[in-house]
Formats: sequence, structure tokens, C-alpha cells
Amino acid sequence: MIQALILAAALSTAPAFTVEHPSATHPGEEEVEAYVQADANAGTRPFAGDAMLKAFHGQAGIGRVVDEVVDRSLADPRTAEIFHSQDMVRLRRTLREQFCYILDGGCRYSGRDMKAAHKDLGLQNADFNALVENLQLAMDHEKIGFRDQNRFLAKLAPMQRQTVER
Amino acid sequence: MNVRNLALSTALSLLCAGTAAAEDLRPAGKLLLTGGVTTVEGSAGGGLSSWAFIGGYETRDGVGANVHATYLNLPDYEFRAYGASVGLFDRVEVSYTRQDFDTQATGAKLGLGKGFTFHQDIFGAKLKVLGDAIYNQDSWVPQIAVGAQYKTADKGAVIGLLGGQHDDGVDYYVAATKVLLSESLVLNATLRATKANQTGLLGFGGPGHDRYSLQAEGSAGVLLTKRLLVGGEYRTKPNNLGLKESDWFDLFAAYAVNKNLSVTAAYADLGTIATFKGQRGLYLSLQAGF
Repeated sequence: MIQALILAAALSTAPAFTVEHPSATHPGEEEVEAYVQADANAGTRPFAGDAMLKAFHGQAGIGRVVDEVVDRSLADPRTAEIFHSQDMVRLRRTLREQFCYILDGGCRYSGRDMKAAHKDLGLQNADFNALVENLQLAMDHEKIGFRDQNRFLAKLAPMQRQTVER
Repeated sequence: MNVRNLALSTALSLLCAGTAAAEDLRPAGKLLLTGGVTTVEGSAGGGLSSWAFIGGYETRDGVGANVHATYLNLPDYEFRAYGASVGLFDRVEVSYTRQDFDTQATGAKLGLGKGFTFHQDIFGAKLKVLGDAIYNQDSWVPQIAVGAQYKTADKGAVIGLLGGQHDDGVDYYVAATKVLLSESLVLNATLRATKANQTGLLGFGGPGHDRYSLQAEGSAGVLLTKRLLVGGEYRTKPNNLGLKESDWFDLFAAYAVNKNLSVTAAYADLGTIATFKGQRGLYLSLQAGF
């Protein structure tokens, strides 16, 4: 026990450049600075009822849509740079949580709020719209109806004000 | 990594640095159809009505241009329009359009001569003043723009004979456009102050009525796919000349092939024009952007 305390003390005085040690709670993710977790960080309120969750084919469908939009955006020369040096494991997880929370799929959102999550990315409207286009393609791929896609996009659209910085 | 790969990756990173320096200007950054299509008067909107959208696919970080050609085949006339517009930073739109109103065989019946054609040049400017039709889905506030169209018609003598008081004039309008994404709807309402007869082709003002009147334009469309908007428009018009000038309406389908090309097809009803009733027909418009 004493040994552990000494070790902890030694670690706490260690230089601050060891920021990339892995997250204790989410293996495979990098540690992030502490922030207050709340569902409100998702940036919008969830849909009522289960129609939208059904339209997205449940949590499994949401997971496929998230993976598809992330994969497409990484491969898209318009958007690939946005994700440079981002923790993609964490991004996929928090995006899944956010979509699942909004679609009332029984998830809590544990990520940061939209402003904090996009701080210093320097996003422009063209970036936001390119990501929307990739999301539309991902939802097409999951065979989600166009009107349901638009209902979901209507929830995300106002996030332009928090995420686009210039 | 061998030397060749190293050279290639160095060249690529230099290229990236080069484009990064210019990244503030972004081509074609808007979503499909969110620049509207080009109206008969050259402004972005539907077919007959000017909307609050700024034409083209450029965001607030870009400048883009559009050209259009529009054709409307009516029972007794033929209408053509062609022009260009520039959208600056999704804020300002300037446009020029030339309209031809070809009286064809009807020209002889009107005593003007077969194929007599009225022309009109329209110089438009539009300023987006507030709101955003697309992003602000959590609010009812529409995107609002104000615009002016300076119109100059070429057949002053005939216009005078018909009772038109001027062969040029300015329309002023306020347009409010809202996309209700959750309903896949696009709605627009426009108020226009105008003296124009048949949008200006038959001049401005009439006998005993040479003043502005307030006219209304309404449009509603449903997005069937991200490329296809179908809907209708209605536009009231003044009756300055006493020639039973009719309100206009249409049913339209606007299809974005991609961000460089849109096609609009409509069934347009222009009512009575210069005493000839039932001027209904097929409207076709092509728009190319770059």
C-alpha cells in the first residue's frame, strides 16, 4: 500500500507530456481531460417514441451507420484532414452514443458538448456539409428512408452553430 | 521507405501545403438544391418566384457562378430567358437575364407582325439579411433576403400604345425561405413591390395606375430525394393595363443531376396575356454552375 502511494506520488509529479496513456475506462482510447458528462452534451433532445430507432434498425443499424460515415469521411479527401490526430476509437464510440441517445435507443451520451468537441478543428460550413453528405450516403447504405433521414438531420443541423468556427 | 516513395510523399505534402494555404475558399460546399434554381427573372428561387436562397453552391467561404437557359412553350406565344448569376459568400447574389417574349403567329393577329418579339433585360441584386433556411431547424425563423430587379424593356413604342407608362422600372422584394427538414418541405413567401406589366415585358404602370402595388408569391415543395424537389408556386400580378393580366402558377420538379447541373420542368399557367387566354404550357430550364 505504501509502495503504491509512493508510486502514485512519483507519477503525479511526473512531467505532463505523458498525455497519451490509455484511458482506464475505455480501453484503446487515449486519456482526455476531465469534463462534466451529461446527456445534454449531445446537443439536442431525443426523439419520442420508437419509430426513429426502428427506422435506423436499432442499435446495430446505428453502429453500422456510424462506422460507415466515419469510414467514408476518412476516405473522403474533403474531410480526411479533419480527423488527423484524432482518437478515432473514442470518436466512433461517442458518435454511436450520441446517435443512439438522439434516436432514443437506450444509450447515455458520455462525450463532450458540441462546442468543446469541435474546438480548434477550424471547421467551415463546407466541412459540415461534406460530413452531412457522407452521413446521407451512410444512411442510404443502411437503407434508411429519405424522410427519416431528414428527420434525423433536422436534429443535427442546428449543431452547425456550435461546430463551425469560421 | 525507398527514395521514390519519399520523393512522392514530399511532393504530396508540398501539394497539400499549397492547397492548405488556399483552403479558405471552398468550392461547391453547399448541399444539393440549397441554392435553389433560377427563376424567369434570373434570381435564385423556384421557376416563377424569387426565394431567399443565394444562387449557386458556394458557402460563406466561396464565390460561384451560374448560367441558365429557360424555355416556356405557350399556345399563342413562346417565352425564352437566358442569363448568368454570381453568388458571393452565400450573402449577395447579382444576376443578369435577358427575356424574349416571342408573339409568333399571334403577333400578326395583334397587329404587331408575325414573330414580333418583346425583349427585356433584368439586372438583379439580392442580399441575405438574416437566418439560415437549412441549419436553423430548431427555430421557425426563416432565411430572409431583400432584392431589387432593374428591368428595361425594348419595345417602348408598343408599350406606350398599350398604355404602359414606362419601358423600365425596378421591382423590390422581400423573400422568406424555410426548409422544414423534419417534414422534407421547402416553403417560401415573397412580397414584391412592382409596377411591372407581365413582369415588365409590357412595360411599367398603366393608364391612371402608375404606382407601385404589393404582390405576393408563395411556393411549397417537398423533397422526394436529396436531388428532387417537386412543388408548386403562385404569384399575384397587378393589372395596370386593364388587359385582364392573370396571376401565375406552376407545378414544378427541380432535379439536381449534380452540383454543376440542374434541370427544372414545370407545367406553368400564365393565364391571359395581351387578350389571349389560357396560356399554359411546358416550362423547361437548365442551369449549370461552376
